[in-house]
Amino acid sequence: MAASSDTAPKTNAKTTGDDGGHSAGLSRWLVVAIPYLWLAIFFVAPFLIIFKISLSDTAIAIPPYTPVFEGFGAIGDFVSQLDFENYVFLTDDPLYIEAYISSLKIALVSTVLLLIVGYPMALAMARASSTIRPTLVMLVILPFWTSFLIRVYAWIGILKPDGLLTLLLHAIGLMGPDDQVQIFRTDTAVYIGMVYSYLPFMVLPLYSALEKMDHSLIEAANDLGCPPWKAFWKITFPLSLPGVIAGSMICFIPITGEFVIPDLLGGADTLMIGKTLWTEFFGNRDWPLASAVAVVLLVLLVVPIMVFQNQQKKVA
Amino acid sequence: MAKTLGPVKRKFSPWMDPAAEPFIRFENITKRFGTFTAVDNLTLDIYEREFFSLLGPSGCGKTTLMRMLAGFEEPTEGRILLQGKDISNVPPYKRPTNMMFQSYALFPHMTVEKNIAFGLEQDKLSKGEIAGRVEEMLKLVKLEQFAKRKPNQLSGGQRQRVALARSLAKRPKVLLLDEPLGALDKKLREETQFELMDIQHSLGLTFLIVTHDQEEAMTVSDRIAVMDKGVIVQVATPAEIYEAPNSRYVADFIGDINIVEAAVKETRSALGAPGLVELDSKGLSLAVEQECAAVRGDTVAFAIRPEKVRISADPPLDRSVNAVHGEVWDIGYLGDFSVFIVKLEDGRVMRAAQANVSRLVDRPITFGDMVWLTWPVEAGLVLTR
Amino acid sequence: MKPSRFDATVLALCFAFLYAPIVILIVYSFNASRLVTVWGGFSLNWYKVMWSNQGLMDAAWITARVGVISATLGTVLGTLAALALVRFGRFPGRMLFSGMIYAPLVMPEVITGLSLLLLFVALGVDRGFWTVTIAHTTFTMCYVAIVVQSRLLTFDRSLEEAALDLGCPPVKTFFRITLPLILPAVLAGWMLAFSLSLDDLVIASFTTGPGATTLPIKIYSQVRLGVTPEINAICTILIALVTLGVIAASISTKRAELRRIRDEHLAVRNAT
Ligand SMILES: Nc1ncnc2c1ncn2[C@@H]1O[C@H](COP(=O)(O)OP(=O)(O)O)[C@@H](O)[C@H]1O
Ligand SMILES: [Mg+2]
Repeated sequence: MAASSDTAPKTNAKTTGDDGGHSAGLSRWLVVAIPYLWLAIFFVAPFLIIFKISLSDTAIAIPPYTPVFEGFGAIGDFVSQLDFENYVFLTDDPLYIEAYISSLKIALVSTVLLLIVGYPMALAMARASSTIRPTLVMLVILPFWTSFLIRVYAWIGILKPDGLLTLLLHAIGLMGPDDQVQIFRTDTAVYIGMVYSYLPFMVLPLYSALEKMDHSLIEAANDLGCPPWKAFWKITFPLSLPGVIAGSMICFIPITGEFVIPDLLGGADTLMIGKTLWTEFFGNRDWPLASAVAVVLLVLLVVPIMVFQNQQKKVA
Repeated sequence: MAKTLGPVKRKFSPWMDPAAEPFIRFENITKRFGTFTAVDNLTLDIYEREFFSLLGPSGCGKTTLMRMLAGFEEPTEGRILLQGKDISNVPPYKRPTNMMFQSYALFPHMTVEKNIAFGLEQDKLSKGEIAGRVEEMLKLVKLEQFAKRKPNQLSGGQRQRVALARSLAKRPKVLLLDEPLGALDKKLREETQFELMDIQHSLGLTFLIVTHDQEEAMTVSDRIAVMDKGVIVQVATPAEIYEAPNSRYVADFIGDINIVEAAVKETRSALGAPGLVELDSKGLSLAVEQECAAVRGDTVAFAIRPEKVRISADPPLDRSVNAVHGEVWDIGYLGDFSVFIVKLEDGRVMRAAQANVSRLVDRPITFGDMVWLTWPVEAGLVLTR
Repeated sequence: MKPSRFDATVLALCFAFLYAPIVILIVYSFNASRLVTVWGGFSLNWYKVMWSNQGLMDAAWITARVGVISATLGTVLGTLAALALVRFGRFPGRMLFSGMIYAPLVMPEVITGLSLLLLFVALGVDRGFWTVTIAHTTFTMCYVAIVVQSRLLTFDRSLEEAALDLGCPPVKTFFRITLPLILPAVLAGWMLAFSLSLDDLVIASFTTGPGATTLPIKIYSQVRLGVTPEINAICTILIALVTLGVIAASISTKRAELRRIRDEHLAVRNAT
C-alpha cells in the first residue's frame, strides 16, 4: 500500500479555530522526523563514515587511522588525498577475493539447502488443519526467540568428534566404536549451522505465501485433468514465488556476512568474509582495511538488498 | 429486444420414461465431517442433457454433494455411478466432469487464454487444436479481445465468463456449476442465466447447478432438487415445485405463500374428479380440491399463494369459492404487483397479490378498507408434511 | 484437505531438527559430570557454579539493562516509524525512509557493528553502556516498525475517523483510540526488541567498551574455549526466561481475545 493517498487526519470545521490544527501539524511532522533523524544519524551516516575511512591510511594510534577529511572546507584536499590503497590491497591478496567468493558460495548453497528443507515444511504447515496451524507457526517462531549464539553453541556438543552424534551412531551401530564423526570444524558443520539457524526465516515467508493461496486453485487444476504433483509445479510453486524470493533474500544476505557460525562451527580453512573482517578489526586492528572489506561486501549485497526491499514493499 | 432466441425447446422429460438410464446416480450417499452429517442417505438420478438444479439454504450440503461428484470429497457411505459405472476410485483429474467454482478459482498468474487452455493441455492435444478450441470458447463467452489479460484485470462478470469457458473447454460429460452467478448483480445475473441455458442446449451437455436463489433455479432448470439439512425434500420440474410443493418446507422456500394450520373435517372423493377436502382452521371453513392422504381429524397445513387470492370490496356471489373477510392492514407496492396484507376478523394475517393492470396512482382499495378475499377450491393446497 | 502422512513426517522431522539441540543443551545442564558425553546423574551443581561466577552475573545485569532501555527506546521509535510509513502517505524522502527501515533487517551484523563503531569514534564518544544501547535501539526499532506496521495495515481507519468526527483532536485520538488497539503489536514489538538485544553478540562486540561486557560477549569468549556445563546452565536459564515470556504473552493475548469475543456475545444478547 505504498502509494496510499494522504489520508492523515484532516482538521475539519469542528477543529479549525482552536489550536488543534496547528498542534496536529507539528506532531505529524515529529512522527516522521524523530525516527527519520535517528536512522539518518545511526544508520546512514555510519555508512558514509565507513566509506570515508576505507580510503584512509592505517596508523598505529587509536583510533587507528589518520583521517583523510577534516572539516567541510577541504573537499579539494579530500579528492587529492583519496587513497585506494586498501582496495588495491584487497584485490592484490587472493585471500580476500577467495573469501568473498567462498562467502557467496556458502550463502548460495545454504539458501538452496534452506529452500529444500523449508519448502516442504512450509507446505506441510499450510496444508495442516486450520486448528493446529497457529500452534505450528508458534513452534517455528519459538527457537527464533531463543538466542542465536546459544543455538549455534548447542551444535558444538552434538558435532564434536566425541560428541553426541558420534555417541548416537555408536549406539545404533552405524559406526565402529573407534570411529568418530568428522564434521565439527568443517564446511559441513557450517551448512548445518546455517540451515538450523535460518530455517525460521525461510519457513515463515514461504508459509505466509502458501497459506494465502486459495485451495480451490489446486482443485480447479485437478478438475481440469492435472494430477497433484503436476499441479504443484504449475500452480502452487509459481504462486509461492514471492515467498521464495523473500525467504531466500532474508537468508542469503545475512548469511553472506555471517560471523558466529563459521567462527564456532567452521574450520581454519572455512573462508567467510565476516570472519575475515572480524580478524582484520579485532586481530590486526587494521580499521581502514576492515572498512574496505565491509564496503566491498556492501556493494556485493546491494542488488539482493534492493530485491528484498522491493519484495517487502509489494507485500506491505 | 434485439436478442436472438435460441432454437425452439422441445418437451424434455426422460425422468418420466421408466426405461431411461440415469446418466448420474447418487446411491444412498452419506457424507459426514466428524460427527456432523452434511449429506444424509441421499439418492438421486440425473439424466443426460438435463439442466438440473440443487436448491436449498446455505449449509444444506449442496456444495458437498457436488464436490463428491467432482471427486474432491469421498462419500462416507454409498456410491456414485456415472453412466452406470461406479466412479468412487477415479481421482478428480481423471473424471469426465468439470466444475465451475464458486470463487471461480482462476489461476492468477496465467492469462485468460492460458486459463482456458489449461485443461486442454492436460489432455496433450496438439498446439493447433488447443488454439482453435480456446478461440471457440472465447467467442462463446464473448471475450475475444480479453485473451491476453490476467484475471485481476477483469470485471466480476468477465471473470465469471472465463471460469465458464475454462470448464467448458474440455467438453465435459457433466458440467458442475457451484453458485455460478452469486457474485453478479441482478441484471447481469438474469442475462447470464439465459446464456447458460442457450449454451447448455446448443452443446447438448448435462449441467448440474448449485444455487440458493430460487428464481434462478426456476428459470434455468429442467428439474430442481430442493434440499434441507442434507436430505432431498422434493425433486420435480419448476412448475411442479411451485404449484404442487410436497411439504411446508418446499412451499415456504419457493416463492411467497400463505400457510395456516387446519384440521381435516371431511374428505370426499367423486368419481372421475379429484377429491374435495374440507378443512376447519380456527373456525374458518375451507375447501380444497385435491387428492390427499389425510383423513378426518388429521392436522394439516392449508397453503395458498397470494397471487391466487382475489381481493374485492364486495362479498362473492358464487357460494362455492372460499371467502374470508378482513381489513387492509398494509399495502406493498412492487410496481408490477401490489401485495395487500389483510387482517382477518380472528386476528390472523393473509396476503393477496394483485397485478397492477392500470396506471393509477391511487388504487381503489386502500388502508383500512374492509375487503373480501376469495379463491376457488382448486387454488389452495393441503400439505400433510 | 486430507492430512497426509508425508506432511506429518516432514513436520515431525523438521521440528525434531529445530528442537533437539535445544533439548539436549537443557538436559546436559543438569549433568553432574563435567564431560558433555558422559551422563553422571542429575545435579544442580552447574547452576551454583554459574551463580557464583561474578563476571557472568555482572554481564547478565548489564545485558538486562541494555535490553530494557534499548527495547523501550526502539519500541517508541519503531512505532513512530510504522505510523509514518502507514499513515502519512507520501512525504519527502519516503523511499529512503522505508529503505532505512528494511535494510537493517538483513544487513550483515559485522557491517552494522563496524559502521556504528566508526561513527562513535568519529563523534569522539566514549564507548560503553550507552553506545551498545544506542546500537541496539537502532536495529531493534526496525523490527518493531515492521511488527507494528503489519498491525496498522489491518487497522480499521473508520474507528479513528469516528473519533475525529466526534470532535476528538488527532493527537488525543491517537492515545485514546489507536494506541490501545495496536497495543498488543507494540508489546510484541517490545518483546522482540528485548530478545534481539539479549541475543546480540556481533554488534555489541563492536560498539562496547570497558566495563560494558554483555552476556553474549561473555558467553562467546567462554564458548570459544569449549563446551562447559556452566554455559549450558546459563543458556538454559535464558531459554526458560524467553520461553516463559513468549508463552505468557501469547496466553494473555488469547485471554484478551476470548474476553473480547465473550463481551461481544453478551452485547449482542443484551441488544436482542
Ligand atoms: N471440509 C469440511 N469440514 C467440515 N465441515 C464441512 C466441510 N465442508 C462442508 N462442511 C459443512 O457441511 C455443511 C454443508 O456445507 P456445503 O455443502 O458447503 O453447504 P452449501 O453449499 O449447501 O451451502 C456445512 O454445515 C459445512 O459447515
Ligand atoms: Mg456452497
